[in-house]
Amino acid sequence: MSAFNAIGDDREIDRDEYTPEVEPQPTWCPGCGDFSVLKALKQALPEVGRTPDETLLVTGIGCSGKLSSYLDSYGFHSIHGRSLPVARAAKLANPELQVIAAGGDGDGYGIGGNHFIHSARENHDITYIVFNNEVFGLTKGQTSPTSPKGHKSKTQPSGSAKDPLRPLSLGLNAGASYVARTAAVNPNQAKEILVEAMEHDGFSHVDFLTQCPTWNKDARQYVPYVDVQESDDYDFDVTDRREAADMMYETESALYEGTVLTGRYYVDEERPSYQEEKRAVGELPDEPVAERYFDEDAEWERSYDLLERHT
Amino acid sequence: MTTDELIWRIAGGSGDGIDSTSQNFATALMRSGLDVFTHRHYPSRIRGGHTYVEIRAAGHEVQSRGDGYNFLLALGDSFARNPQDDAYYGNEELKPLSENLDELNEGGVIVYDEGLLDDEDVAEIDLEERAEENGWHVYPVDLRGLAKEHGREVMRNTAGVGITAGLIDMDIEHIEDLMEDAMSGDVLEANLEILREAYGMVDEFDTTHELTVPTGAHDTGQALLSGSNAIAYGAIDAGCRFISGYPMTPWTDVFTILSQNFPDMGGVAEQVEDEIAAAALAVGASHAGAKAMSGSSGGGFALMSEPLGLAEMTETPIVLLESMRAGPSTGMPTKPEQGDLEHVLYTSQGDSSRVVFAPGNVEEAYEQTRLAFEIAYDYQIPTILIYDQKLSGENTNVDVEFFDREPAPDLGSTLTEDELKEAAHDASGKFERFSYDGEDGVSPRSIPGQKGGRFLATGNEHTPSGHISEDADNRVLQMNRRLEKLDVIREELDEGETNQTYVGPDDADYGLITWGSSQGAVFEAVDRMNDAGHSIKAVSVSDMMPLAESELVAFIESVDEAMVIEMNATAQFRGLIQKELGRYGEKLTSLLKYNGNPFEPAEIVESCEIRLDGGAGEPSAQVRIEPAAGD
Ligand SMILES: Cc1ncc(C[n+]2csc(CCOP(=O)(O)OP(=O)(O)O)c2C)c(N)n1
Ligand code: SF4
Repeated sequence: MSAFNAIGDDREIDRDEYTPEVEPQPTWCPGCGDFSVLKALKQALPEVGRTPDETLLVTGIGCSGKLSSYLDSYGFHSIHGRSLPVARAAKLANPELQVIAAGGDGDGYGIGGNHFIHSARENHDITYIVFNNEVFGLTKGQTSPTSPKGHKSKTQPSGSAKDPLRPLSLGLNAGASYVARTAAVNPNQAKEILVEAMEHDGFSHVDFLTQCPTWNKDARQYVPYVDVQESDDYDFDVTDRREAADMMYETESALYEGTVLTGRYYVDEERPSYQEEKRAVGELPDEPVAERYFDEDAEWERSYDLLERHT
Repeated sequence: MTTDELIWRIAGGSGDGIDSTSQNFATALMRSGLDVFTHRHYPSRIRGGHTYVEIRAAGHEVQSRGDGYNFLLALGDSFARNPQDDAYYGNEELKPLSENLDELNEGGVIVYDEGLLDDEDVAEIDLEERAEENGWHVYPVDLRGLAKEHGREVMRNTAGVGITAGLIDMDIEHIEDLMEDAMSGDVLEANLEILREAYGMVDEFDTTHELTVPTGAHDTGQALLSGSNAIAYGAIDAGCRFISGYPMTPWTDVFTILSQNFPDMGGVAEQVEDEIAAAALAVGASHAGAKAMSGSSGGGFALMSEPLGLAEMTETPIVLLESMRAGPSTGMPTKPEQGDLEHVLYTSQGDSSRVVFAPGNVEEAYEQTRLAFEIAYDYQIPTILIYDQKLSGENTNVDVEFFDREPAPDLGSTLTEDELKEAAHDASGKFERFSYDGEDGVSPRSIPGQKGGRFLATGNEHTPSGHISEDADNRVLQMNRRLEKLDVIREELDEGETNQTYVGPDDADYGLITWGSSQGAVFEAVDRMNDAGHSIKAVSVSDMMPLAESELVAFIESVDEAMVIEMNATAQFRGLIQKELGRYGEKLTSLLKYNGNPFEPAEIVESCEIRLDGGAGEPSAQVRIEPAAGD
């Protein structure tokens, strides 16, 4: 008996299954990079072989946070910066779900920064997609943690005095076992990377460069990209932490001026996911917690049996 | 001095083993047939500093700490002495003796460790004169020397217990049994030797006191549990198998108990980066089909306000704990207060719909935790248990049979896949999660991974299908539906076994109203005043939101005046009653205490008598009478 029959269903999945037949229609601005993420995700999910009913997409707040409204799967549009803790717990309660978290750069690297660091550190087996448009979109164009130094906005009219955050380096150093960057204008690569990220067993961090034509026309998110793995100029070993770190440093320094590089930066297949580690020390049951509630034969321990130590 | 009860205080430095020693002694007293109640006083530091635990034991029911106490075992603070003999933790070794004298009752017994406390120091605090004035019986014993002789210095606790047992004529058999359970080998041998020798030493003493151990006999097996134990066990029996948290005193107790038990029960415990994450994890776990709990204390709970609102809006059932300590801000980390009531009732934005219970004792803590899960999962609403440092840590004996209940792992209004097939779906095949059939506000939910159950949960206002919406009609419909649940819950709580507890004669014309852990002291005060010829009754309220309105109205209407008793400075519960009932400003007075120590029954008796005498006079202790409006 399975309480969750959608899980493990191995039929062929049509990408249209992920598109709602009725409303809502996306409310994103024409030309917004967010459309590309949605599209890439719809293409990637069938390839990973997960049905809409076994997929949970948890998003934060912002234009990016609306993603869960437009994908026909289980969805949770949570609150600003908190998609990761919600997603992590869902995966712990039922490790058999495909769990994806997504949100903007303000959402994930700003208000949710602490959760990002710790989710990566613990290597939770979830995929985290950050729509990096270098600006707060939904609240109308304020400076974000990834806005370049000198970026002018309504709240920093003289230009930002802050250096931008380096998300790839942060993800790597915090402990993510898969770190990649892709871009809205590069749909084929985006799909491939999402497939890899979702298949990866551990925390996969995808910094997704998206353009915001409404508030951030100057961003380099519009220029063509070079895939680091496909260019002979950038030869490095993605499984080597040090080499990955050097490449990230170069990429993140150059993003605001030089060539924009995307691709996989770090892939560690060896490191066990948090779920595995937790199971190994006996803190995560073999059967999903969620299943027990639907299992009529489940034996529920009673507090009565613990009383001996108090008598 | 009351002689039918023993109120034993063991005092020493934090880290001196006061807690475990007292726990064992309390258990031994319980095993010898007595009812016990413990009260823990400790400073916010790990080692050293003055700390004590009080154990009240009697042949009759005890529901509170007593008035003062009648036996002091002052061990001295070993951390006040540096091994190198330099004052390292401060020169405070005398404090366990000197700091406790004010509350020792007339005729009380003092045992102090001569091996640790200098004669000169003791002379400085005028112990002899004070003993004479108060009729105390003082027994200096070289506990440290005795311990060292047979084992190690730390075993002076055992020596102190042995002397105590000897002085009050208590059989040491139960103490020996407990030691045998807890230790083995040389350590056990040494401790047993020390215990027996100390016990025997008393024969040589020239004893002058009359205090002896009371007699009692239980009909059934007893267990000694704290409020935190009871909450953790209530959660286990309710089927809770997911807890997430971040340490903060005193909520940490429950978090620890469940973290230790869940691995053997197929549950999951997660310590996370902060309290926002902790509560958000509970939401995520519940959404994915677990019965989930999180919690914190004042400052940590403040961070949970945001995910709490998310749970309300997405109608995700969760149970949160708020174990209060004195605030504002970090306040007094190890001191109880009932100052977070308004915070818990109103935190988070918007018109909120949450359910708040305030258990008043260990048994209620267990019952209401179970109820909190039941209501949360039946009605898809966050429920909160608000309690405090006092209830967290106080140990009371409870009939073992009380806990003998069937587990209730029911997920409430959650559909199975078969039921989902019958449910409404939109044209995309999405389950209409928030559609509503008009019954009780509850729209049944599905769990990710269930076939045919997919839907969108969102913290934004949403349509019956779960889509974000700012449509005016929809807003009103959804808001009304969510709020309606509270009315239905109020009805259910009113009809069910009542959470409000009463003492005193129905026809009394003076009333006391209290909530949470102040219950015991209030009830005991009522008993005493009625014995003394007054006519007083009391109610302890647990349903804070929705408030137990009808019961409170009936109670207030039946008396001439009612005094609301709570541990805070701003009369928060009285304010809630007046707000919710919209009247009684002239009929309600307050008795407030907020010095970090819980009420003693005598303070309540004294304050009531002042009111009954027509309001003249001031209470002598650190309590405040707040008059009625227009008084
Ligand atoms: C706690 C909280 N603070 C602020 C906001 C307001 N807010 C909504 S979206 C947003 C910015 C989102 O920016 P980003 O994450 O970069 O996403 P984008 O809209 O660019 O996709 C902010 C600040 C909020 N909803 N909640
Ligand atoms: S404001 Fe920017 S990020 Fe938001 S939808 Fe428009 S283009 Fe996209």
